[in-house]
Amino acid sequence: MPAAADPVPALRCAGLRRRFRIGRRVVVALDDIDVSVARGGITGLIGADGAGKTTLMRLAAGLLQPDAGRIEVLGIDVAREPLKVQTRVGYMPQHFGLYEDLSVRENLDLYADLQGVLPAQRPARYAELLHMTGLGPFTARMAGRLSGGMKQKLGLACTLLQPPELLLLDEPTVGVDPVSRRELWQIIDHLTRNLDATVLFSTAYLDEAERCDTVLVLHEGRLLASGPPREIAAGMDGRSFRATAALGRRQLQARLAGLPWVVDAVIQGGGVRVVTQAGASPDPATMRPAAADVRFVPVPPRFEDGLVARLRAESGRDAAAPGGMAAGDAGVVASPPGADDDIIVVEHLTRRFGLFAAVDDISFRVRRGEIFGLLGANGAGKSTTFRMLCGLLPPSSGRLRVAGFDLRNAAAPARGRIGYMAQKFSLYGDLSVAQNLRFFASAYRLHGARRTARMAWAIREFDLAAMLEATARDLPLGFKQRLALACALMHEPDILFLDEPTSGVDPLARREFWRRINALAEAGVTVLVTTHFMEEAEYCDRLVIMAQGRVLAAGEPEAIKAAARGANRPDPTMEDAFIAVIEAADKRTLAA
Amino acid sequence: MNPVALRRLRGLLRKEFLQIWRDPSALAIAFLLPAVLLLIFGYGVSLDARNVPLALVTQRPGALAASFTAAFSHSPYFRPRPFLTIQEAERAMRAHEVQGIVWLPSDFARRAQAGGDAPIGVIVNGVDANDARIVEGYVQQVWATWLTARARRRGEAAPTPLSVQPRVRFNPAVSSRDYLVPGLIAVIMTLTGALLTALVIAREWERGTMEALMVTRVTMREILLAKLIPYFLLGMGGMAASVAIAVLLFGVPLAGSWWVLAGASALFMLAALGMGLLISGFARSQFVAGQIALIVTFLPAFLLSGFVFDIGSMPRAVQWITHVVAARYFVAILQSVFLAGNVWPVILPNALALAVIAAIFLGLARTVFRRRLD
Repeated sequence: MPAAADPVPALRCAGLRRRFRIGRRVVVALDDIDVSVARGGITGLIGADGAGKTTLMRLAAGLLQPDAGRIEVLGIDVAREPLKVQTRVGYMPQHFGLYEDLSVRENLDLYADLQGVLPAQRPARYAELLHMTGLGPFTARMAGRLSGGMKQKLGLACTLLQPPELLLLDEPTVGVDPVSRRELWQIIDHLTRNLDATVLFSTAYLDEAERCDTVLVLHEGRLLASGPPREIAAGMDGRSFRATAALGRRQLQARLAGLPWVVDAVIQGGGVRVVTQAGASPDPATMRPAAADVRFVPVPPRFEDGLVARLRAESGRDAAAPGGMAAGDAGVVASPPGADDDIIVVEHLTRRFGLFAAVDDISFRVRRGEIFGLLGANGAGKSTTFRMLCGLLPPSSGRLRVAGFDLRNAAAPARGRIGYMAQKFSLYGDLSVAQNLRFFASAYRLHGARRTARMAWAIREFDLAAMLEATARDLPLGFKQRLALACALMHEPDILFLDEPTSGVDPLARREFWRRINALAEAGVTVLVTTHFMEEAEYCDRLVIMAQGRVLAAGEPEAIKAAARGANRPDPTMEDAFIAVIEAADKRTLAA
Repeated sequence: MNPVALRRLRGLLRKEFLQIWRDPSALAIAFLLPAVLLLIFGYGVSLDARNVPLALVTQRPGALAASFTAAFSHSPYFRPRPFLTIQEAERAMRAHEVQGIVWLPSDFARRAQAGGDAPIGVIVNGVDANDARIVEGYVQQVWATWLTARARRRGEAAPTPLSVQPRVRFNPAVSSRDYLVPGLIAVIMTLTGALLTALVIAREWERGTMEALMVTRVTMREILLAKLIPYFLLGMGGMAASVAIAVLLFGVPLAGSWWVLAGASALFMLAALGMGLLISGFARSQFVAGQIALIVTFLPAFLLSGFVFDIGSMPRAVQWITHVVAARYFVAILQSVFLAGNVWPVILPNALALAVIAAIFLGLARTVFRRRLD
């Protein structure tokens, strides 16, 4: 019996179920979860939005009651004795649970009072935590005025005042800048290695899974896999390759994704990362004639390869599933790309709110038919830049041109050339899918036969026929994303603005989304996209890295990564590059 | 309470006071909202007619007619405008230039001189029934005064009987503000009290801090106490400010004693804060909490407390409903304490009712709030 070897696991779930009633709809948040997590180390709870991560966290913290089954934390039945559990665990909710109008010190005092930390213990404990989080110089600052990364560390410090045996962290790194993310990981490593704490950590970033000792993969309320991340990637040995060809990487990727022996094909660097079906090896013959020169180099498998393979097996969707629009089929008539045809021009753009400069003197140019990325953490100024480009917000100073117009005072024809997909997919939740399509078509002044034709196009192209009568609010996140994109493309724009389009969706939906965007770009549509996912930078032809309202680096992803290459980083990721760029900027600030 | 629990409560209280100090919204609800509402309603809502524009049609001017119109000119209630024909006067009334017409027919002087009936015509704009009745009453009163004065001059007894509105006869000088303002205070403090607690707890839900509090060792009783104590003090401050406005600005007399007023206010504030706590047990966003507070506390207090609409003349079913409206009891106490004095037969039962309602709302809030999110 494994229970004998591991007398008291940190977390044990048996037949755990939890449903929620939202209006008339019942959502199964967790469905029959059986899992045991040993004490010690870091356990990652991996899954997209709506996978059930937060529900499991709240059940473990005693904030929710299970509908069926049992959940035990440190051997205690949580449903029966929540108070007993709560005195032994630390829990940081998604927004860190800080009082924004209290200072760093006052937040610490409050949580020390609430957790019963004796006054005599406090000076030493505060000193230790402030040192660990680097918040020492900021004790008098209001929590609301801290950066996202500092808030995250303060939230963590508040839960650590009374050292917990089990630390529950609900998505502490989402939207936080990579530097703070790395620092948080250092703190967590320190806690688990040196202080014997157990950490349960939920995240939507798949690269973080590889840093965990154990991962639990949740998908639509079910436990898809659990175990050490290497084990999940283990079955993938000999199936991961890097493909290169003279063909453009987007076309190469589109071709590879359509092949029956390919499970996964994503753009990475100058090539395409390919995962083959079990037992299949790359078959260059299938790539003829367009990419006859294709070369496959084996690469070590990563966690994401294993996860995507499992998700594909789970959903029955394979790489060849319809949805990828072939180039030219996007229904978009775009002018052919010209070499030095800058369709978006931003020069010394600044936007201040009071004394605070949300966007601080940024300049960049986007060429026609390009996928251009604005990469940065929450609060870096990406959305503010977007709102100015769309004419929703007047700049404080500087100049901007979109397709030759300043959208703030441009006529409808200029706006008619732009498709905009807002963060959280501004759909009408109470309307059905068909009603949303019809509304957006009318909003873009499509009538009669043209509207009918475009709606038919959207339904066919985005595979919406089965869901036409469903209320938009009730759609799964991936569907919402598709519908939002369909609405944004209704009027055949040749410029597309995407604000955090893939935030929270699962890896398959993310791939499908990018396949469509790639097809649009191939058809000549200019795409401007903001994201805080470092890996998505790979899809961009060029990008700028933004932090604190400024552009810190600009160029092709490969060039930005190459600039970060050093003796200790022979093959930097985009995240490494981002950190290097921020550190260099900090050094310049210090020197100045 | 053991020292550890006391430290938790002290920590929460300190947090709450810091937040009140730094975020002016709570102070605005406690002080600004009552002051603004009291000024708007106090100056805007009046059941008295003053300076009512009135058409005086004198078809045959003479000494007697002049003395009659002078009576209207001297009345503080009317602003008379002379007309020569009834048609012109009617046109002015249709254009809303005058509220009513007093018409002296051509034989007015002759018939009055003859000592018999001297009928006058009174036409009142009945669009607003309440206004119409008041104007009608005032006109009758002015006429009666004029008749009496004239009779006295001629050494005669006053002509009787006169049909006069009782309210006008017994209360011609006292402004209706004196009984409206105490009632208004009850209505306004209902909203203030409920909003104070409902909004601050909804804010904790919105910002996710409630979730963080719940997994510490703090108990629900401590969380509720830590909300009740500061906002009780704040609410009583707002109450004191409202009373000051009533007494100093509107000149409402305070016939009863201060400590009766303070005691009743404290009971009422507990009931209002309890309603807010109960609302925030269900509403987890500030917007929804505000909406609910407005609908379930302010509107019933306004309509069903008897502060302007008499409870006795409501349908029986509605009368029953008024018993759960805390403001009803507070209005009765306030009107008594302000206008009549410490009338114990009024104050004691109403205070008891307030105490019961406060206990019910606070008790319900205590059971609704659990240390769980579902």
